[in-house]
Amino acid sequence: MRFIRRRVITGLVTLALAALVAGGASAQGVLRIGLNDDPDALDPTISRAYVGRLVFAALCDKLFDVTPDLKIVPQLATGYEWTADHKAVVIKLRPGVKFHDGEPFNAEAVRFNIERHINTPGSFRKSEIGEITKVEVVSDLAVRLSLSEPLVPLLAALTDRAGMMVSPKAAKELGDRFGTKPVCAGPYRFVERVAQGKIVLEKFASYWDRANVHVDRVEFVPITDSTARLASLRSGDLQMIERVSPTDVGQIREDSRLKVTGVPELGFQVIRLNVANGPKSKAFADARVRQAIDLLIDRETLVKTVFNNEYVPGNQWVSPSSPYYNAKLPVRKRDIARAKQLLREAGQPSFAFTLIVPPERDRQEASLIIQAMLAEAGVTMTIQTQENVTMLQAGRRGDFEAYFTFWSGRPDPDGNIYTHYTCKGAQNDPRWCNEQFDVLVSKARHVADPGERKKLYDQATEIMLRETPSLHLWHRRVFTGFSGRVQGFTPYPDGIIRVKGLKLS
Amino acid sequence: MTFGRFVARRIAVLVPTLLIVSLLIFALQQLLPGDAAVALAGEEQDAAVVAAIRAKYHLDKPWPAQYAMWIGNVLRGDFGQSLRNRIPVAELLAAKLPVTIELAVASMLIALAIGVPAGILSAARKGSPLDLTANFVALSGLSVPHFWLGIMLILLFAVRLGWLPASGFVPLSESVRLNLASILLPAIVLGTGVAGVMMRHTRSAMLETLGADYVRTARAKSVSERMVVLKHALRNALIPVITLGAIEFGRLLSGAVLTEQIFAIPGFGKLLVDGVFNRDYAVVQGVVLVSATLFVLLNLLADVLYFLANPRLRGH
Repeated sequence: MRFIRRRVITGLVTLALAALVAGGASAQGVLRIGLNDDPDALDPTISRAYVGRLVFAALCDKLFDVTPDLKIVPQLATGYEWTADHKAVVIKLRPGVKFHDGEPFNAEAVRFNIERHINTPGSFRKSEIGEITKVEVVSDLAVRLSLSEPLVPLLAALTDRAGMMVSPKAAKELGDRFGTKPVCAGPYRFVERVAQGKIVLEKFASYWDRANVHVDRVEFVPITDSTARLASLRSGDLQMIERVSPTDVGQIREDSRLKVTGVPELGFQVIRLNVANGPKSKAFADARVRQAIDLLIDRETLVKTVFNNEYVPGNQWVSPSSPYYNAKLPVRKRDIARAKQLLREAGQPSFAFTLIVPPERDRQEASLIIQAMLAEAGVTMTIQTQENVTMLQAGRRGDFEAYFTFWSGRPDPDGNIYTHYTCKGAQNDPRWCNEQFDVLVSKARHVADPGERKKLYDQATEIMLRETPSLHLWHRRVFTGFSGRVQGFTPYPDGIIRVKGLKLS
Repeated sequence: MTFGRFVARRIAVLVPTLLIVSLLIFALQQLLPGDAAVALAGEEQDAAVVAAIRAKYHLDKPWPAQYAMWIGNVLRGDFGQSLRNRIPVAELLAAKLPVTIELAVASMLIALAIGVPAGILSAARKGSPLDLTANFVALSGLSVPHFWLGIMLILLFAVRLGWLPASGFVPLSESVRLNLASILLPAIVLGTGVAGVMMRHTRSAMLETLGADYVRTARAKSVSERMVVLKHALRNALIPVITLGAIEFGRLLSGAVLTEQIFAIPGFGKLLVDGVFNRDYAVVQGVVLVSATLFVLLNLLADVLYFLANPRLRGH
């Protein structure tokens, strides 16, 4: 009797395990994308985190988009025309577009959305398109945006969240809680969200470009741990993962079932030096000291040792692959003798300072290498670890000598330079101020011709490198890992995966 | 003391305990460096945006005022809104609680299934190779870091063998099979840790009772060894194990931060960590308050069971 009972129990356990094991593969037509964090509110007006943009790319179409080589192309728009003084732009809209709730997309909807971006309290879009003073409905399919000043980078802002259009009806109904049930005009519509669990989207049947939408369902799954994220890709639970760590890239390359692509990011990794912000600015007030530190850092070695040579050494506010990089001023070779001489001239032969670094692997490891590089010339750099938000606040207050941060980058060059380095720029924590530089960078905002703009930025870069208010060190490569089943993937320098056009074999 | 009075007294202590917990967590959060409004403002540090956020979420008020506002709302069932994703905290808590409870129950079942029998066996065969093996396994369960064991299990069962999903969670309502498959590996990671503790305690409690006079009497009456261990000794030995189980279960209910991160299980632990990093005060307060309440209630339950099981307490 006891024997039989034991047999029955063993049998049941085996059955249960077999049932669990069977059919682990995901259903056809579902693309599961692993995200590095859980996105914040899914409302283009108040969304802030980078990671949310991956979801928006499938959910919300924009007036414009960028191509992989950063040219601006119409999406919900069909074309645009600047007025001669560049103080207004008329945007023509795509006919026959519907929001996910069936409401029509038209000029009235654009007016509503732009005004919502500007007027919603706590909007993160206001600083991007705040120069728009008036939105007029010209016809059902044309709007006119008037600006307080000529501003060419405006169109670039409309290729991101500021250009995303939501259904006015849904926005009015849901108000503050729109982000919990977003209704847009993208290729996929919102199904459900389990906070920290997953975000589920499904194909929108009435999408204007439905011939190019192949995958039936998209699930975004936040997995914070990079090892676990990679394991999920290898096991087939996920078909794509974003921002793969450079140390994990090798493992993907070795796996014949997986692929990885990498493109240089739009932004930069930077050490900001306190040039003139409060009493702590004494150390770096002298440009010769800043130059000396810059000369002591061997960027190539840094990238080789810390990032397996997967990142790109840099010295400017755009990466060497950007059309706005000043190729006449490449990354300089390390020069200890010259650096020592500069420090002596500045009367600081045994210079010492403190670098604030957030507890994040990349910057922590790089700081240790930089510390050793500086020590060779007798410069003492103390590393102080400070949590990111605290560090940014210290930066704003001027409570720093140097701090290690990054900028995620913008498709228009203005977004990488204007607020960071002009005298009154909101992000200019070093408070470095050069009037000639300001004139050049401000002028570049009003010039539409790329060749003319490049000339202005080249001159500005020259001034910046001479003065060295910040040390631009490297540009990450945005790696996307994906299963061999995913067909038709094109990497973009913004790192955003465009699900439209993807197929699963 | 009557049973009714005992319970009433415990409940009376409950309310001030929870109030103190709520005050403590609120005060501790104020000590966190970094301003919530700045954390929310992100890369675009526009002064006007920061000020607007501060005003909107009353972050400009002194913290005692913020606390009074918060606790007043909580008493009315309103835990506030997540600063980060604008979802009401009560909704977040309601969504996470079943996940956390399921994970805790599954882990506890694994812990009991391994820990108690292993404890009994190693006590009954003290000093034997079996005892040594059980001790070794228990100590490993206690000392192996969860994140390491988690990654190893993922690599073996998901990547190498492809039997189980590597991460993610499927709710019970969607599919029972996928739900169990998604919860199995994290439950093993958490369960083996607790199993170690359970095994050690069961073993020492068993050893103590096996040495007691009444057990010797039972043996003298030539009761079979099996009956002595399972019937006479085990019941008494289990009393401290029940108390320990309640405490461990309470600990599991407060969320398993690392395990949830690795397996991408959307439970309390992940909610809490994300809340702290984003200075999402309302979320952190909500999670801690609910976890603390569950913990205190479980302790109360354990005390009640103990009171019922142990007649000697009633005399005092």
